[in-house]
Amino acid sequence: MVLTREEVAEIAQLARLALGDAELEVLRTELAAILDHVAALQEVETTGVEPMTHAVPTMLRLRPDTVAASLPVEVALADAPAAKDGCFEVPAIIKAAT
Amino acid sequence: MSDELAFAGVVELARRVRAKEVSAREVADAFLSRIDAHDGALGTYLVVDHDGARAQADAVDAAIAGGADPGPLAGVAMAVKDVIVTEGLVTTAASKILAGWVPPYDATAVARLRAAGAVILGKLNCDEFAMGSSNERSAWKPCRNPWDRDRVPGGSSGGSAAAVAAGLAAASLGTDTGGSIRQPAAFCGVVGFKPTYGRVSRWGAIAFASSLDQIGPLARSVGDAARVLEVIAGLDPRDSTSIDQPAPALEAALAAGVAGLKVGLPREYFEGSIDAEVAAAVHAAGAALVAAGAELCEVSLPHTRYALPAYYVIAPAEAASNLARYDGVRFGHRATARELGDMYATTRAEGFGPEVKRRIMIGTYALRAGYYDAYYKKAQQVRALIKRDFDQAFELVDVILAPTTPTPAFAIGEKATPLDMYQTDVFTLACNLAGIPGLAVPVGAATSGLPIGAQLLGRPLDEATVVRAGAVIEAAFGTKRPPAGGAA
Repeated sequence: MVLTREEVAEIAQLARLALGDAELEVLRTELAAILDHVAALQEVETTGVEPMTHAVPTMLRLRPDTVAASLPVEVALADAPAAKDGCFEVPAIIKAAT
Repeated sequence: MSDELAFAGVVELARRVRAKEVSAREVADAFLSRIDAHDGALGTYLVVDHDGARAQADAVDAAIAGGADPGPLAGVAMAVKDVIVTEGLVTTAASKILAGWVPPYDATAVARLRAAGAVILGKLNCDEFAMGSSNERSAWKPCRNPWDRDRVPGGSSGGSAAAVAAGLAAASLGTDTGGSIRQPAAFCGVVGFKPTYGRVSRWGAIAFASSLDQIGPLARSVGDAARVLEVIAGLDPRDSTSIDQPAPALEAALAAGVAGLKVGLPREYFEGSIDAEVAAAVHAAGAALVAAGAELCEVSLPHTRYALPAYYVIAPAEAASNLARYDGVRFGHRATARELGDMYATTRAEGFGPEVKRRIMIGTYALRAGYYDAYYKKAQQVRALIKRDFDQAFELVDVILAPTTPTPAFAIGEKATPLDMYQTDVFTLACNLAGIPGLAVPVGAATSGLPIGAQLLGRPLDEATVVRAGAVIEAAFGTKRPPAGGAA
């Protein structure tokens, strides 16, 4: 199959990956080759086959609703790239109006 | 002295430590000095915790001196793949995006090792986020095969296999999402055990593909792997997918033999690209089982050829979701950016390596609106058919014997394209898709001297039968050491 530059750039945007032109071009051909390979799945007759979402049947397990210790704030923040006033600190969320 | 301890094995080391024939501290020091002397050339460790290991060993010795039972892994020097978190010990998943991250907790499997008296020597090299088949995708350094340093140790648990083969850890933990324990075990001539999905808690295993990932041991013998798996298996309230069953009695199964056991050879695994020496070695393993009283027959797993395409939709889709958490906010690398959206995208572009980006891109493509049914849902339906193949085979046989890999270890740099690399896992993926247990055992060597591995696949939760067959094969072939113990 053929992927366009625009399609690959759109996927990168959805995946939150700021990729340069050279990286996008390499990925364009690599992804196409991988998607060609997985297209073999279309040969398989799967009408009426229930999709298998997990290796074993899983059910939500209930537990007693009791209070337990959680990670102390200073421990949770110890590895943060930036922290302030007991919170994770991030750059501006909304672009400044110009 | 130190070399003898390094290859004594888990069960024997624990026996000697409990009998006070050797101290846990002497064992730890023996491994640490071997690592310091030899690991520079092999690259199996990312972090060696000299002080922590000695302190753990001293605590085991103190417990013994005080009359307490230090547990079934007393003083056994082990190491852990870098995708499994360790409290206070840097854990990066071999990725730049987690450079310097110090986890605030132990994975359940690690906590159980410690509680059983094991000493954790350090963190082992692997492919970034366990995505790879050669350990060439580690962000930090290559890892080499102790049998031939120009060859890969396999992956993604390459360091976990190479360290055990070279006597730099008595046993290790790895993770297996599509063969990442069994394939490197085969390449390095050691035993690798991927348990039934849900047997071992995934709490603290850095998620790659949550419906496939499973922690398991790599060791120098089936008995050693059985000892470690018994310790780490069992229900964990912190992992809702862990199975509420007691740990299997695997050591009791070691000497049970295979008389009357029905063993299936899957026809599809011997067609196509398999190396003739590998096929011959697996057939020789089958003959060893027959000589011990098993019955051998051919079985068919007709959807085998669709395991690779199904896996390369499901695993990347789950990875794309799981790796969304690496956004530069709470831990790990953060890029400099003026606003949040740019910070996310630049952090991820700088922090992830090429293979991880490739899989995130495939997964994002497969999950996007309008494509879901054609890719992800279709792959899940094919996964159900692959599982059905195994269910039907296990109505006829008790255990399946197959090659672990199509060839022995390949050369560093040999696999030029992503698909060439993916094909090296062609025999191990179906086991994960079906969620069944798989045990890789050495079955001799090729004329090149490189090890060959066979794998035993069992019914869900039937690790015991897999161990019975593995022990018989091991008795026929033995476990060999690499030239000069990998230290030449």
